[in-house]
Amino acid sequence: MIKERNFPHDMGGEKAGPIPLSLKDFDQRDPIVFKEEWHARALAITVLSGAHGKWTLDESRHIRETLPEDDYRSLSYYEKWVSGLAGLLVRHGLVSRDELKTGDAVVQPMQDQTLRGDQVKSVMDKGSPSIRDIDHAPRFKIGDIVTTKSPEMTAQVKNGHTRLPRYAALKKGVIIAYHGGHILPDRNAHGLGDAPDHLYAVQFKSSDLWDESDDRDHVVVDCWESYLT
Amino acid sequence: MPHDNHDKDHDLDDHHLLPSEPQLKVKALETILTRKGLLDPVAIDTIIDLYSHEIGPRRGGELVARCWLDPDFKQQLLTHTDDVLEEIGFSGRQGEHVKIVENTPETHHMVVCTLCSCYPWPLLGIPPAWYKSDEYRKRAVREPRTVLAEFGVTLLETQSVQVWDSTSEVRYLVLPMRPPETQGLDQDEVVKWITRDSMIGTGLPQKPEI
Repeated sequence: MIKERNFPHDMGGEKAGPIPLSLKDFDQRDPIVFKEEWHARALAITVLSGAHGKWTLDESRHIRETLPEDDYRSLSYYEKWVSGLAGLLVRHGLVSRDELKTGDAVVQPMQDQTLRGDQVKSVMDKGSPSIRDIDHAPRFKIGDIVTTKSPEMTAQVKNGHTRLPRYAALKKGVIIAYHGGHILPDRNAHGLGDAPDHLYAVQFKSSDLWDESDDRDHVVVDCWESYLT
Repeated sequence: MPHDNHDKDHDLDDHHLLPSEPQLKVKALETILTRKGLLDPVAIDTIIDLYSHEIGPRRGGELVARCWLDPDFKQQLLTHTDDVLEEIGFSGRQGEHVKIVENTPETHHMVVCTLCSCYPWPLLGIPPAWYKSDEYRKRAVREPRTVLAEFGVTLLETQSVQVWDSTSEVRYLVLPMRPPETQGLDQDEVVKWITRDSMIGTGLPQKPEI
């Protein structure tokens, strides 16, 4: 029997208290970018470590969402980033567990593939597009009615990564946009290659997702073709 | 294979080897990476500076202002979004593929990422804390109208709400409706009305304070 996935990151549609807003959040002229200096550094070292090309963005999302459930719930946003990063660095052999434990390492010269300060802007401006050519035509067209699978069905690895939220599982929706062929995160996160798949925007009636929703409202979820029947 | 599984599980716990205080944890990791030549300290400062000052909601605001003032530009941007953004120099990481969704008297759009925190970095910068909060991620899809009320947004009677959950690498930017009071204003004046939240869909354009 397949164990029910219980990934705490898949939280869309759960009940929760008020959105944590402070007056400063509404200062639109000078919005706070980083509340703490370490938040900025956490973001910077995460992005820069990724530039070594050892893992994909999909793998880094997956390691964050598979942190032990207690960690996922208790750690703050950027702590989750740093925790995921520590795991990735060890998994891919860039840092050893001993080095993490001692916080120390032998000084080495700057490695060739280390992103230099003067390369940052151009690398960020370039990004890494996920669009890919696909050799077969899309199965669906705009206006088609489709039904979603469930995260257990879409994940390519047991308890693996998928981008189909549970609230949108096994629901009927309509294709409202076609985005082209894109890397399939469900495979890419596990080092199984790009496996490009056609990507669509699927519109659901909110009242098909939740009984109490306003009849007029909709939710749109991007779904790969392999998520749909 | 059981051994592999053991190792795999183990690396999810590796961060416990670092100090528990978050700032010390970051500092420790930064030190290790720098000593090993895996991180250029100059690059850290550059990236922080880039997202603190250069890449932020001003870019999105400029796009919206141009759309309001120049119907041809708007048409071009909405139909060939990625090409136009690349031409202007507003494409890049976390904004490689963008779709612009236009608010109308019939539909109000808002954007969330329920699974993580996807957000159009090249157009709006780094997402605000509330966008990444569990509360917003949980509630935006299910009860957008009460969420909007918390942000002080009043919808038109005629408007339905369409929530875009950013589950792929496509990033969404809301094109807010142009307030009638901005008629006759030039780009420099108009742009002051465009708030970050109005481009996420959790706000509306606002009259600037003098």
